[in-house]
Amino acid sequence: MVRPFLELGATIDRFRIDECLHQGGMATLWRVSRAGTTMPMLMKVPRIAEGEDPAAIVSFEMEQMILPRLSGIHVPKFVAAGDFAVQPYIVVERIPGATLFQRLPELPLPYAEVADLGLKIAAALDDLHRQHVIHLDVKPSNIMFRPTGEAVLLDFGLSHHDQLPDLMQEEFRLPFGTAPYMSPEQLLGVRNDPRSDIFALGVLLYFFSTGVRPFGESETMYGMRRRLWRDPIPPRRLKPDYPAWLQEVVLRCIEIEPAWRYPTAAQLAFELSHPDQVKLTNRSERLERDPLTTVLRRRFNKDLARSITLPAMARQISSAPIVAVAVDLVEGSTLLNDALRIAAERILATLPSARLACLNVLKLGRITVDFTLDEQGHNKRIDRLVALKHWAEPLKLENHRLTAHVLEAVDPANAILEFVQANHIDQVLIGARQNSLLRNLLGSVSAKVAAEAPCTVTIVRPGRTSETA
Amino acid sequence: MLIAMFADIHANRQAFRACLAQASDFGAEQNVFLGDYVGYGADPEWTVTTVMDLVEKGARAVLGNHDGAVSNPRERLNVEAQTAMEWTRGELGSAERRFLEGLPLTLDDGERLYVHSEASSPKSWRYVTSIDAAARSIIATTAQITICGHVHRPALYSMSVTGKITAFTPKTGSAIQLLAGPGRRWLAVLGSVGQPRDGNPAASYAMLDTERRELTYCRAPYDVEEAATRIRKNGLPTWFADRLLVGE
Repeated sequence: MVRPFLELGATIDRFRIDECLHQGGMATLWRVSRAGTTMPMLMKVPRIAEGEDPAAIVSFEMEQMILPRLSGIHVPKFVAAGDFAVQPYIVVERIPGATLFQRLPELPLPYAEVADLGLKIAAALDDLHRQHVIHLDVKPSNIMFRPTGEAVLLDFGLSHHDQLPDLMQEEFRLPFGTAPYMSPEQLLGVRNDPRSDIFALGVLLYFFSTGVRPFGESETMYGMRRRLWRDPIPPRRLKPDYPAWLQEVVLRCIEIEPAWRYPTAAQLAFELSHPDQVKLTNRSERLERDPLTTVLRRRFNKDLARSITLPAMARQISSAPIVAVAVDLVEGSTLLNDALRIAAERILATLPSARLACLNVLKLGRITVDFTLDEQGHNKRIDRLVALKHWAEPLKLENHRLTAHVLEAVDPANAILEFVQANHIDQVLIGARQNSLLRNLLGSVSAKVAAEAPCTVTIVRPGRTSETA
Repeated sequence: MLIAMFADIHANRQAFRACLAQASDFGAEQNVFLGDYVGYGADPEWTVTTVMDLVEKGARAVLGNHDGAVSNPRERLNVEAQTAMEWTRGELGSAERRFLEGLPLTLDDGERLYVHSEASSPKSWRYVTSIDAAARSIIATTAQITICGHVHRPALYSMSVTGKITAFTPKTGSAIQLLAGPGRRWLAVLGSVGQPRDGNPAASYAMLDTERRELTYCRAPYDVEEAATRIRKNGLPTWFADRLLVGE
């Protein structure tokens, strides 16, 4: 077998090799170009020569299987893959700029910036998880940002695809990943839990906001296994000005037990974008680590090494949706608002991890000047929030499953659609406008939301409308 | 080329017809049959003549243990399968019996090997239900891809350059790229067309796109009630009818 010699200026399958960007333990990265393609491109060539680590081959095979199946803004666009018999390679879109790794000297970053990074990375993970992939190596050097701000995830060599054979599963006795970011369950060989990525992101957020790695850098098996029983020092202990809500979010991400973390990356993103509505539990106030008795109990817990059977990933994610309900407090009749509540109740009863975002649009006039205070001096926004919470009260939802949002907008349908887009909403419940005169004059909000929303929309009516009406 | 592959049809006319129709809609250019055309089901004659016709037109076929038992009374089957076999022998004409007798145990397609049970000893009719059994079959052949049936439950095994085997339960309709990396080998166990036993009563088969090296496991829903009724009407063990309805 004659391999084409890889060097500057050489051409493989019409790709010209322009520059060596990186020479790593597993692969070499080249900047390449091709006539007719303007998109900047990168060629990844695995090190598969005699005597090289077989992990490099299997991990490259995994990436070769997964990358062509991914799409969207949060991953580099796949271009081509080379035949193993001639020269194995993968060509993908080259994202301009540096990875998050370059920012390590600047740590700790301001809290607001960390929260913003977390939000963007969580949105990328949500998109990836919905494409059946768990990254399993989330760390600063695998994250970049597009000029437009969206996070891009790199390197799927350790990833797990829910609908493809997991070639890495049996390959190595020792867990693989990056020591500081690896979740407890990954250490035990579990590769099919999307919440492992939430753990890694939690470690990243802790590190970026405090400058300290929560579980250290140890790469020895014992050093890594400590995270199975030893919780990290609460960030507020390290930095007295650490926001309580951020500590709540970060510590929840790095819970030892996956079930105690956020059920989905979308729910984490939701919390990061609404800090004022984060439910502050005991986590948010902690200044000390768990007492020794707790640590010892975890240390000698036989359940620790148990293998857990998880439902398929798509089912896991869809069992924890974010449902938005648009409640019209002005025109909506009591009957309609009751019907909306019943519809919401049914969803929440079947899905215990679902959360509800109650929306109300405070309509602004197109030409009139608006005042947030009405004639009586009440703050309209606060009044609406109170009314929304009052509407939701009979649902008896725990605090962390319920949020209320008043959107100020000229066009209610657009405001709802923007909220749905920005918050990764899975389903919208909205009432149909009953007054036909208003519907004719103002158009139907629900029809527009139903037509344009990127998710399921349920239109709710107070009852069966009479045919002769 | 797009190859449709069918295993363990077991004289289930309704299931077989549904699979052939679906595969043809998907653009199948060649059919490969992996054995066990008879046994359990109530339409052995129709099934065998249909396979014969297709083989005449270029399809490929290998022998299954039930097919071998038609002319070989010493072939071991369980008690109920034995009952069905006695009935089947009275249904098939001489042309069909000769066709079955003439089928090869394996077919080698260059990089692909087709065999009913597994490759290490095709005549022993061993089941590939574990990583060890998969390893034994993969090691016994030089083919990069081995395709078999016999188990009635879809599974995909893969061996890496280091000799480690991974087992995977394929998802319906999701194309899997059978990588051709150094040392990478594949063993695809097809589900059953006429007697699925993975809890899903729909008929099971698979499609292989040889250019893209993509394997897709497919399911075709069919008139299970009718197939079950035919089994009962012909005095075959009712257990064969009952298990069709639940796919177990």
